[in-house]
Amino acid sequence: MSLTREDVTYVANLARLEFSEDEVIALADQLGAVLDYAETLSGLDTSKIKATEHVLAVQNVFRADEIESCLTNEEALANAPESEAGCFKVPRVME
Amino acid sequence: MEYEIVIGMEIHIELGTKTKIFCSCPTEFGQDENTHTCPVCLGMPGVLPVLNEKVVEYATRAGLALNCEIAHFSKMDRKNYFYPDLPKAYQTSQFDLPICTGGVVGIEVDGVKKDIGITRIHIEEDAGKLLHESADGTLLDVNRCGVPLIEIVTEPDLRSAEEARAFAEKVRNILEYTGVSDCKMEQGSMRFDVNLSIREKGSEVLGTRTEMKNLNSFRALIRAVQYESKRQIIELKKGHTIIQETRKWDDTKGTSSSLRSKEEAHDYRYFPEPDLVPIVLEPAYIEKIKSELPELPEAKKQRYIDEYKLPEYDAGVLTTTGVTARFFEDAVALYNEPKQISNWMMVEIPPLLKENEVSMENISITPAQLVELLKLVKNNEISGNTGKEVLKEMFSTGKNPGDIVKEKGLAQMSDTGELEAIIEKIVSDNPKSVEDIGAGNEKAYGFLTGQVMKATKGKANAQVANEIIRAVVAKHLA
Repeated sequence: MSLTREDVTYVANLARLEFSEDEVIALADQLGAVLDYAETLSGLDTSKIKATEHVLAVQNVFRADEIESCLTNEEALANAPESEAGCFKVPRVME
Repeated sequence: MEYEIVIGMEIHIELGTKTKIFCSCPTEFGQDENTHTCPVCLGMPGVLPVLNEKVVEYATRAGLALNCEIAHFSKMDRKNYFYPDLPKAYQTSQFDLPICTGGVVGIEVDGVKKDIGITRIHIEEDAGKLLHESADGTLLDVNRCGVPLIEIVTEPDLRSAEEARAFAEKVRNILEYTGVSDCKMEQGSMRFDVNLSIREKGSEVLGTRTEMKNLNSFRALIRAVQYESKRQIIELKKGHTIIQETRKWDDTKGTSSSLRSKEEAHDYRYFPEPDLVPIVLEPAYIEKIKSELPELPEAKKQRYIDEYKLPEYDAGVLTTTGVTARFFEDAVALYNEPKQISNWMMVEIPPLLKENEVSMENISITPAQLVELLKLVKNNEISGNTGKEVLKEMFSTGKNPGDIVKEKGLAQMSDTGELEAIIEKIVSDNPKSVEDIGAGNEKAYGFLTGQVMKATKGKANAQVANEIIRAVVAKHLA
């Protein structure tokens, strides 16, 4: 198995996910299998292939620096679970 | 043991584009909360960011002005972390292929010149602003989300608070000249992060560093460096080890405190941004931007010394900001007396700016008005001292100097006939002074000159008056 339970807990913590002990064991198995499968790519000789920076063969997609209309304050806050004084309200953040 | 401070800096600068980096919302500062947003900068699912072409142009210009290599190929990446000022839960930035690499900026501290290496400059988006005004939560204003930034990362080449300040000022100076940012620190357009460590002097190995984020004034920068270096040296002297961590600088208290330790927080899991395609810059594009760069402070300073024959000090002061340099050049174009203009700009104007609480950007007098005033002084129509008074009046009223002189009757009295009559009377009225002068007391001349100035309300041409006084006194003594 290529993925340890510690790896799963570490990644879960970064993603702010909580798992039970059983789930951690199951995920280590399942994610490990995915990684093992992806690992088969390492068997290929890629020494002569240029690194892929982007999957599309497209570059330089820009827009002009021109102002367009914005959402109103009400529209911007329409989906906010909580708002106050024209702002999104989130749980208190330690400064 | 002698210690050495080692500092590397990260400088964030908001670019002066009209719109945000990935959407068409305006970047204007100081607007009502959450009125400059759209689905892209709000981080709604399914939206497609599109890079602002001006951001690429400004970053390239900044890189060239700071002597960097401009990358032929660069790309955007996602930097993942959770914080409520970042609606997407990632910041779109650049990781392994930044737009600029390997620059250098020369600084001078106490007459010692030194080159500071720039590791890289990358483009990224600013985060939103958290307001801690609510009783039971934190408020978020998304207006600043997506305002374009460049982050300038230096080599650990700085060795003191003074060097850090000199470097930061130089960068601000250069970027303000190139017009990529207004660099207004009071609006957060320029912010500093400081990485600082201590090592034994002469050692090649770097010590464990701490990072202080978001220092937003030169004063905070200097004080934070002084405090943190002292703190680390004290720790080391006690035999403690330095913990690698992010520290928060409290400018009011003048202390720093631990924010979070680096190992647990900094796993950003960068990966290439799939929604934005690579940036490929052709040599012709880079050359064109290079050819359009304005004259930079260093070159301008040298030109002032060579062309206008100004002392190095004057040239340095006048080229500190682009606005000051433009004012000076406009004035010189109208009146070829660079040193006289320089003197007035360096000595007389700054206190008036301070008194009126304005900066050179919104100075109320024009170069043409200053030139008119200096001509009045040069031609002896008013004295230098009267000139200073007139300048003060110009600042508060915006009137032309000629009009002020006329209205207030400040024109200098050079009419010898009129002056002679006044002086004749004063000398006659003060026989004691004449006696003193006869006895060899030259100081008595000063008293007489004072009386003449009093009688003429300071309008007598001092040189002419002195000649007449000497002639009249000589006559009385004869």
